[in-house]
Amino acid sequence: MSTTTHAPWPTTSTAPAAPATRRRRTSPASDLASRTAISEVEWRRPAVRRPWRAMHVVLLVLLVVAAIGPLALLLKFAVTPTQDILRTPLALFPHGVKWSNVTEAWNRVHISRYFVNSLIAAAGCWASQVLVATSAGYVLSVLRPRWAQLLNAAILCTLFVPAVVLLVPLYLVALHPPLIGVSLVNTFWGVWLPAGASAFNVVLMTRFFDNLPREIFEAARVDGAGPFRVFWSMVLPMSRPILGVVSVFAVIASWKDFLWPMLVLRNPNMQPLAVRLPSLQASTDLGVLMAAMAIAALLPVVMFLVFQRTFLSSAGMGGAVKG
Amino acid sequence: MVTDDLVVAVRPSGRRTRITTRFVTQHTRRRRHTPATWLRGGGLSALVFALPAIFVFGWFSWLPIVKSVVMSFQKTNLIVTTWVGLANFHRVLADPLLPIAIRNTLWFALLALVFGFPVPLVAAVLMSEVRRWKGLYSVLAYLPVVIPPVVAVLLWKFFYTPGPRGVFNQLLGSVHLGPVLWLQDKAIVMPALVLEATWAAAGGTIIIYLAALTSVPAELYDAAEVDGASVWGKVWHVTMPHLRGVLFVTFILQILATAQVFNEPYLFTGGGPSNRTLTVLLLIYNYAFGTSLGGRYGEATALSVMLAVVLAILSVLYFRLTRRWSTS
Repeated sequence: MSTTTHAPWPTTSTAPAAPATRRRRTSPASDLASRTAISEVEWRRPAVRRPWRAMHVVLLVLLVVAAIGPLALLLKFAVTPTQDILRTPLALFPHGVKWSNVTEAWNRVHISRYFVNSLIAAAGCWASQVLVATSAGYVLSVLRPRWAQLLNAAILCTLFVPAVVLLVPLYLVALHPPLIGVSLVNTFWGVWLPAGASAFNVVLMTRFFDNLPREIFEAARVDGAGPFRVFWSMVLPMSRPILGVVSVFAVIASWKDFLWPMLVLRNPNMQPLAVRLPSLQASTDLGVLMAAMAIAALLPVVMFLVFQRTFLSSAGMGGAVKG
Repeated sequence: MVTDDLVVAVRPSGRRTRITTRFVTQHTRRRRHTPATWLRGGGLSALVFALPAIFVFGWFSWLPIVKSVVMSFQKTNLIVTTWVGLANFHRVLADPLLPIAIRNTLWFALLALVFGFPVPLVAAVLMSEVRRWKGLYSVLAYLPVVIPPVVAVLLWKFFYTPGPRGVFNQLLGSVHLGPVLWLQDKAIVMPALVLEATWAAAGGTIIIYLAALTSVPAELYDAAEVDGASVWGKVWHVTMPHLRGVLFVTFILQILATAQVFNEPYLFTGGGPSNRTLTVLLLIYNYAFGTSLGGRYGEATALSVMLAVVLAILSVLYFRLTRRWSTS
């Protein structure tokens, strides 16, 4: 993304127009600052550079310990015999590596099934969030009917109601949804549909669409393109960067979610990995449980390492608009 | 004859100028509203595009909001529903567990501020001066944020194993301290939970600060240098005042987050030992879904509504400030 991260919307009008070609930047933060508190002249002075360098090294060591440490231990536990995990958690494989932890978790504890459940939940949450956010953003920003203001206000209102406060009424709605008649409990719809109701996504989309050049839509309309054609062939391709942000966060949020899927998906065979792990805790061998936990952590960590620029630039935006 | 005429209307909206184009007919200066003009003007397709949002928000956002207010005055066992007036509120306020839960939540929030406020700030200020491998610092800082909370809590629960062989107790033992009972010790259990929560959330705060640090105008630093300011002088007198808005935002975000904390107390301790980690949200959960009490939906929503009012006030405050901050 070529947008500055301190603003909640793209501030340059060129940003959405040529998103795919802007791939030259290497780090998400360094390109933004024109300068920081220490000037280049000062940095060349050893009296300034040396203490700051030292602090940076200390910080790097602390960050490695805090970020990599627990993850590395988790990966080590995943292939360590349970007795070794319990007796000497910090020793490096005193009685050898036990790869069977992983296969046992995957096959015998049915982690494979829960992993697939997590994938199904994440895919559906992604689809419903992208569908709702793009279509609502299109209505609010491009089509702009007379009632758009009303819809916008009604959606913005929900930003002020913390999701967690609605836990109980939302559960009762999922149990007996009015007009639908079919209970959403123990169906994936119960996870997918509420995930779509994200005002944060709609705000993000609307603000992005607001910055798309309006003349192009007008030209397309004059040429006879209907609203659906404009949406599908022009707005969606242009909004690829913001779709990336919404997608990445939708998948990660769904993967991390615990309380809501635990309430809605009561059937253990349907539960995602995150919901299942605490219940496995009591009945599973510790080494196997650690392997299962490592499997659960794998996908988000890999996704983060692959899409780190998207993650980091939109995490900065989170400070400006967030429910 | 009806000729379509392109009229470009410029109207200021917010800080930017929006250009709206609209087809108007020359014949009728004022547009008449008949179903036919509505249909031809794209009214139907706008409605079609709005349907997913209306459905999803209607069922899973607006309806639960209304329902939560209505239900807080009702008693229900899912089959029979009766109006009980303020009885739910009376019963919740009379519950001896409520003051404990409020105290624990405030204690959690205070500890979260003590742990989670200065550390990301110092880290972000240091990181903004990094000349090489800046991306590596950010990636490392944010890595714990993406780990699923359930995995993080279960892993830390193992780290907190009470005996001398627990991971943290071994580390303390190497400097001749401990062993500590961590999750069983009434005084230590809450700081232990907050430590994990801070570890899991600090990266997000650091990235927010880093983004804000890039928005400090270069001229301010240049001017400070002309005035002979030292590096620390610039950090203290230029950077910090500029971060004030963001600091307030993260402050409120953190309070909002801690008021809704569920995973840590639920998975680490289940509220124990002797209710020392029973938070407000855990109490709501126990009212509605807890096995011992169970199904007290009325009380659960009454407490939710009270929590919502407090949090909504904070959210409004937050939203106003972010508006001002992001446009400044």
